[in-house]
Formats: sequence, C-alpha cells, structure tokens
Amino acid sequence: MNSKDAEELLERAEALYRDHRLQSVREWKRRSGGLAVGYLPIYIPRELLHAQGVLPVGLMGGGDDLEVIRGDSYYQSYICHLPRSTLELGLNGSLDCLDGMIFPAICDVIRNMSGMWKMLFPDKLVRYLDLPQNFDREIGGKFYRRQLEELSQDMVALGARPLEEESLRRSMAIYNENRRLVRELWELRREEPWKVPASEFYLILRAGLVLAVEEHSRMLENYRMHVHADPGRKPMDQARVLVTGCFCEQPPLGFIKTLERAGCYIVEDDLVQIHRWFHRDIPLEGDPLENCIAAFLEDAVASPTRYIGDQEKGRELVERARRSGAEGVLFCAPSFCDPALLDQPMLVAAVEKAGIQWTGFKYTENLGQFQVIREQAGTFADSIRLWSGV
Amino acid sequence: MAGQEAGASAHKDPSQLRQKQMLAEYFTRLAQAPETGGRCAYTFVPGNLTELLLSFDVLPVLPEINALQSGMRGKSRDYIALAEKLGHSEDVCTYVKCDIGMLKSGNIGPTGQRIPAPSLLLLSYTGCFTFVKWFELLREQYRCPAVMLHVPYQGDGRITASMRSYVVDQLRKRVIPALEQVTGKAYDEERLRELLARSAAAENDFSWILEAAKNIPSPIDAYFGGVYYISPIFTAFRGTPEAVSYYRELRAEVEERLRLKKGPVTPKGELGRERYRVVVEGPPNWTSFWQFWEMFAEEGAVVVASSYTKVGGIYENGFRHDPSRPLESLAEYCMGCYTNLNLPTRTAMLARYLQEYRADGFLVNSVKSCDSFSAGQLLILREVENRTGKPGGFIESDLVDPRYFSAANVKNRLESYFQMIEQKRRREGIS
Ligand code: SF4
Ligand code: SF4
Repeated sequence: MNSKDAEELLERAEALYRDHRLQSVREWKRRSGGLAVGYLPIYIPRELLHAQGVLPVGLMGGGDDLEVIRGDSYYQSYICHLPRSTLELGLNGSLDCLDGMIFPAICDVIRNMSGMWKMLFPDKLVRYLDLPQNFDREIGGKFYRRQLEELSQDMVALGARPLEEESLRRSMAIYNENRRLVRELWELRREEPWKVPASEFYLILRAGLVLAVEEHSRMLENYRMHVHADPGRKPMDQARVLVTGCFCEQPPLGFIKTLERAGCYIVEDDLVQIHRWFHRDIPLEGDPLENCIAAFLEDAVASPTRYIGDQEKGRELVERARRSGAEGVLFCAPSFCDPALLDQPMLVAAVEKAGIQWTGFKYTENLGQFQVIREQAGTFADSIRLWSGV
Repeated sequence: MAGQEAGASAHKDPSQLRQKQMLAEYFTRLAQAPETGGRCAYTFVPGNLTELLLSFDVLPVLPEINALQSGMRGKSRDYIALAEKLGHSEDVCTYVKCDIGMLKSGNIGPTGQRIPAPSLLLLSYTGCFTFVKWFELLREQYRCPAVMLHVPYQGDGRITASMRSYVVDQLRKRVIPALEQVTGKAYDEERLRELLARSAAAENDFSWILEAAKNIPSPIDAYFGGVYYISPIFTAFRGTPEAVSYYRELRAEVEERLRLKKGPVTPKGELGRERYRVVVEGPPNWTSFWQFWEMFAEEGAVVVASSYTKVGGIYENGFRHDPSRPLESLAEYCMGCYTNLNLPTRTAMLARYLQEYRADGFLVNSVKSCDSFSAGQLLILREVENRTGKPGGFIESDLVDPRYFSAANVKNRLESYFQMIEQKRRREGIS
C-alpha cells in the first residue's frame, strides 16, 4: 500500500465517521438486499445479527458537526448530549435506512430512550437488550440466552433468516478475526505509538461500526500494512498515556487530536470499546451461542456499565496501565454521564494507590473549543516527562 | 418519605403520630444494633425485599431515605459539598453525594443517632442504573459483603417468564445464601409467608387510600401527603403488624374525611376549596418540601395522583405480595416498580390517571439528579397533553441539592400554570 492509498483509506474512514446519513449502509443494503439494524453504545453481540444476514450499525451520536434542533427539545439541559443527537438523526430521516434499533442496557438514559423510540417511531422494531449483571452461567447466562433468542426472533420477524449454529460459528470466526486485527494494531501501538496515532486508529475503529465486518477487516489489514511500511512515522518525545472512560458519548475527533498535539501518545484507550470487548477470541467448538454467552459473562472488559462484583474496582485499569507502559491516566467523561462520572472516583483511588499520575476531562460530543484541553493535557504531559526524567 | 421535622404542618393525625413513633423506634433499634448484635442490610426502595430481610431479622436501611431526610433537615448542602470536595462530580445524582457526605460525617441519621455500618449491601438494581455505582462506592468504603439482585427492565412493557425466573434464581442462589451467611440462620419460608400475608393486608388498605383521591373533593394529597403514606410500606415496615395497623388506621381517617367531604391537611392547615386537581410526575424536591407544598396549597391545588408514590411498587393493577408464591411474588414486585416500566407504559399510566382521577392538568417536576425519572419526561409531557387534552406544566428542581431549587422561579411557573387551567376552563365554559 503506497502513501496515496493510505491517505485514501484514512479519508474514507473519516468520511464514514462524518456520514450521518449512513450512505455506506444504504449502499450495502442496495447491494445485498439485506437488513440493517442500528445499535446504541456500548456493546451488543454483533455476531448474531451477522449470522442472520443483518448488518449491525453502531450509532455513536452526532459528533460535532450535526446541528441539533429537534433533539434538544426532548431533553433537559442536564442530560448528556448523545441521546439528543441520536434523536435528531432519527427525526431528520438520517436513520431511515435502518430496519430496527437495539438499545443495550448501559444506563437509564439509553434505557428510557428505547421507549421514546417506540413512541416516536412506532413502525420500527425496537429491542431493549437487557444485558445481565449476574455473571453466573446458570443464572445470568440462562437469562441472557433468552434475551438473545428473542433478539434473533425479532430479526426473523423483520425478514432475516433464522439463526443457525453453523452460520453463527462462521460469523464468530469472522468477528474473532476482526478483533484479532484490532488487537494487533493495539499491541503495535503500545510498542511503537508513533506508528499508530490514536486519531487515525479511532477513525478506523469507527468505520468498523458501519461497514460490513469483512470490509472492515480488509481496512484494518491495509492500515496495518501501511503503518509498517511508512518510513515517516518516527518516535518523538511524548508522554505515554492511557485514556479511560465510558465512551458511550464520544469526544469529538478534535479532542483526540488535541491530546496528541499536546504531547501525549495514547498507548491504550476505551474508545469504541466494542472492538475489544473480549480479552480473547470466542471459542468456536461446542455450542456457539453458549460460547457467546460465556464470553460476555466471563471474558468482557471492566466497563463502567458492568457491575464489578468480586473484583477490586480499578484493578483492571491499573493492570492495563502497567501492561501498556502508560505513565499517566487521562479520565474522560461526557458531561452528565452517571456511569462514567460515578465510576471515576473509585478508579482514581485505584490509580493513585498504584502511584500513577492522572488528570481528568469532561467533554460533550459537540465540544468546539480545545484550548483548555490543550493546556491541561500539555501540562500533564510535561509533568510526566519531567518526572520520568528524574 | 416522611421527614422527621414536620415543618409547617401543625395539625397531626393519629396516623402521623404513629408513623413518627414507628420511625423513632426503628432508628433506635438501628442505633443499638452494635450492642444488641442486630444486623442491617443497606438496600434501595425500588424493588426492596423488606419481607425477606425481616424473615432473617435483618433491618433494612435505605440510603435514599437517609438522603432525602438529610435534604429535609437542611444537612444535604454540606454533605454534597463534602462529597464534591472528595472528587464526586457536580453532574451526578445528588442522593449518592448526600449519602457519601453523610457517611463521611459520621453517618448520623435523622433522629440524631448513628446508623450502623451494613452487615450486607443488598444491591437491588431495580429501575435505576445509578444504584449499581452507588453500592460499588459504598462497598469500597465498608468492605463488607455485597450481593446484587439484577431486576430486568420491562423494555417491552411486560414481565416474561424468563425475567421472572432470572430474579427468582438470583433470590434463591445469591440473595438468600448471602443472608444465611451473614446471619447464620437458615431461610425460613414459613416466616416469609407470614410476612407476605401481612404485606398484602396493608397493601389492600394502602391501595384504597390512594384511590380515595378519585373523589371530589379529594380527601388526600397524593404527592406531598403521599410521601407520608408510602413511607411505612416502601421502607422497613412492610410485612410487620405495625404496618398493618398503621394502614388500617390511616384508612379509617381517610374514610372519615371522605364522609365529611374534607380536603387534605396541608402545611397551611386544612385545604379549603379544592380549585385544581393535578397529576404529578417525578419526585418532589426535599430541601424546600414545605415551601413547595405551600405553593400548591395557596392555590387550592391538590395532587390527586402521582408517579412518585409508585416508586416502591404499584398496587392499582391488583398486584399483592402473595404468600403462596413467595419468591415469585417478590420478583414481580421488584419488576413492577414505576421506574422499571418503559416510557410507553409510564405515559399510558399517567394519561389514565388524568381521566380516572378527573384531573385538570398534568405537571412534571423534573429533578436534575435522576436520569431514571427525567430522561424522556418532555416526551411524556407532550404525549399526555395530546392524549388527554389537559394542560401540561413543567418545573425543574433537584432532590436534595438546594442550589437547584429556585423558589421564585417555581412559584412563577406554578402560578402561570394554574392560570392556564383557569383560561381553559373559561374557554370551555366551566367555572
Ligand atoms: S453518555 Fe453516559 S449517560 Fe449519556 S447515554 Fe451514554 S452512558 Fe448514558
Ligand atoms: S438516579 Fe434517581 S432513582 Fe437513581 S438513585 Fe438517583 S434519584 Fe434515585
């Protein structure tokens, strides 16, 4: 892949990121004649939809270039921004190519929004996916299986093919491969962060929310080839940081670029976490649905949306910081986001106990001014460099 | 639920005095727990398992109640400030911060006595995700055993067999073993059945009391007054003989008021002419509770139905705790709480209240703290207005953060709202 191709790849990823009308999804539907179903952050089992021939389309709000007019009139000022922009997109017809919507159980705003969607779009399928908070296979697993069966029946009712073991196994293998490619880039970024700038990687991951997984895997491969081959990617004196948060509502791209420009190498983050929801591949032998369930119960990341029952809060974060060689932690949370902001004090305590420096930011997806962020991140990066030199 | 400082309310009915005494005894038992060896479990109002806890002789402690009591007693400002100083965001639910602030200030309850540390954190995750974080935070503080009961949401507006068995499984395999472990006692289903039978008896009377507001004039205020009525049944008393006699007595009082065609007792004394009947969605503000109530009373407004009195459970559809199906009925109770219902169900319920309670209008008190209640309220408002043709009003405040209660603003809004009802009446030729 030459640098022109690489440029085109990144341009395409950015175009997909900014394409609120989901042109790529419309084209996919035209080409394949398949169904497309939207889902809200943070996690849904995409393999299932894929196995039934349905394109899962990840929605992450409206970013910083969507004018929100009608969406605002549905929410009080103290509710985060993502539901407003998502509603705006629904109301202005941007999402009309979607045959249904899935609202995973991550917080009360998304939960209530599932009902709002039912009321505002009565002709569309709406599924509230109640992800279990009990992680015992015999209890939460049994409940989750039923949730997944209902989800799959919904797809059939829309016109998708029934869920079959073999096709699910195939889809799981395809998603395993996709996650493996993501992990490889992840690891490369830990080793040589200058090769995989977070702002680029972020766009590539966002593309994975709207593209068919097979196409996204090709994009990941091409990107990997490019970063390995590009001689222009040279190390600089930057501070290695871990960016953590709930990242349901996303910060604008400019926010990520600002952190990088302020002297931070983002060596680990929680952005677009669905691509790294599991630590390992989901095994393919045996009952595939049971394996998907077991992975969710036993192998998922410690997201603020999951109850951490028997583990020390923040332990996983500290381990990740250590493993990635992060010298500092940046806590980022959307304004008015209860899951992220209530989690933060516990994680901060764990990070402090581990002797890791940290700082925190709040953002909204439509944040326009980055000066303050730049100064704060710059000071933080400087202090890390200063201390690491001691 | 009931604040200990009765504020402006001079007149006290026997039921109010009895409630005060019940609460005083409860807090004393709690305070003495370290000496008596008594145990307590912290848990939440929605989906509470009071009968199950009491069957193990474990007293429930409800942190939301402690927070609202702190709000009513003027303590919440300092508690919240302390929590924010400790790193809690200004954006999050103020109940949590108020509780953390109270804990860091010695955990002194509303009667001035210390609330003991929990023997168990029983996280009943019903209708509010914040609960999960709240108890993760408390677990870090207390380092005590914790057990989670995940109550599935009625996303499709119904309870399925899978939802029910998920909750029952958790009760059987998680919650009960945790209680056995903490208390050293075996699960006694017979005892639980006795408690549930008493719950059902109290629930019959309680349900009758709320429905008494269908009369004109209404003998009760189902929001401000309702806060008192729900207190025993949604907290530590459901299933006890005290709760049964409390509700029997309260019912007799309401029957008497009904016979005499009397309105409710408000902070301004007995309500004279009932001028407006309204349905209210959302919890009240606690820091200016009396002032808020007075604003209604001054206008002759009575709240005839409210969603807040359904946070701990809904009985109007016939649900009663059922001793013949103890765990199943506990599961159904948990799943039936108001904030565990989806928005279409909430909307339909409120629209129905407007018709059945012959209300003049619908009012939303939107609290900054609570996504569970507030996210979606503006759509509910619109829909209820459309479906009923009755005027809707909107006020914003908070639960226990006094910074978000602007008396002048709320009063203005309420006055213009009642004027709106007046104008509508004139247009329709109703005086
Ligand atoms: S940003 Fe936070 S509060 Fe808002 S919808 Fe997402 S998880 Fe919920
Ligand atoms: S968010 Fe609402 S329901 Fe949840 S703890 Fe706070 S006030 Fe209670």
